Amino acid sequence: MTDLFPISDSSLAELRGRLATEAASAGLLDLTVRTVDSPVGPLLLASTGSGLVRVAFEREGFDAVLQSLADRVSPRILEAPSGLDDAARELDEYFDGCRTSFDLPVDHALSAGFRARVQAFLPHIAYGRTLTYKEVAERVGNPNAVRAVGTACATNPLPIVVPCHRVLRSDGALGGYLGGLDAKRTLLDLESR
Amino acid sequence: MKQPFQIAVERHGATVLRVCRATLGAGPDADDAWSETFLAALRAWPELDEFTNVEAWLVRVAYRKAIDLARARARRAVPLDPLPEAPTTDDGDAFFWWDAVAALPERQRLAVACHYLGGLPHAETAELIGGSPAAVRRAAADGIAALRRRFDSIEGILP
Repeated sequence: MTDLFPISDSSLAELRGRLATEAASAGLLDLTVRTVDSPVGPLLLASTGSGLVRVAFEREGFDAVLQSLADRVSPRILEAPSGLDDAARELDEYFDGCRTSFDLPVDHALSAGFRARVQAFLPHIAYGRTLTYKEVAERVGNPNAVRAVGTACATNPLPIVVPCHRVLRSDGALGGYLGGLDAKRTLLDLESR
Repeated sequence: MKQPFQIAVERHGATVLRVCRATLGAGPDADDAWSETFLAALRAWPELDEFTNVEAWLVRVAYRKAIDLARARARRAVPLDPLPEAPTTDDGDAFFWWDAVAALPERQRLAVACHYLGGLPHAETAELIGGSPAAVRRAAADGIAALRRRFDSIEGILP
């Protein structure tokens, strides 16, 4: 029956955009999300009032990522197609090869403890360079915590921006990556150009 | 409610807009009612019970917001003004449906909005728009019959 009372996608898209703007100015929005295209597939970006809080790969399942943000941060989440402009632009510049570090306000709300410590260290690995999990463990002052460093990389809520892709296994193998090994290889290739 | 609000907007945005349009006609008032519905819903969202039927809840909110706007519009209206122009939307050919719904007598229109388009049972529709469930059932059926007569020439479009 409702097929007979059609609503166009463009009407709804316009209303949704307006809702995100009004909700933000009414202080009702805790999280803004947006998807962008990239050489490693679509990325979901999420930000709180304090900054970028999550970058997710499509293979993580965007709905699952939204649910986990709702559980861990707030269910007051809306998509804003024109939001997160700075993050989208810096990622574009990075993928174009003309940006070697990110200069964005970041919200580390999803990281705690040793993982947060490792993730805070990762941006110190320079663009185009790599370290092993073992070297990272040493650098953060806990040389025996090689596996924990692996877990910290695997649970990095801000991949690409926080460059966990620059950490490899001691034997030179890629190790793991939340975005898949192809994505990790793509990022490392990009940075070696 | 722990569901991301965005999911509710994606799933129920169209239904809410149908209810708003059926109640107010397609146009800026319906758009405003849609926005106010989702803003109110977003405000209440974290405290909403997990087992709430979200669509039915949104339809009730939308109906109340639409009625509030209709009353405000009635207060604004100046007697002897010409009727407002037929609202236009970017739905192309589709908006003759909304004009047809808008032309129904009020009770039929509200019953069609809440029951047929909003999916509320007759009893719940009756609680919202007043009257008995049986009267609501009749009004909804009469409304649909009127729409069917209006578009009789378009074979097979209405059930």
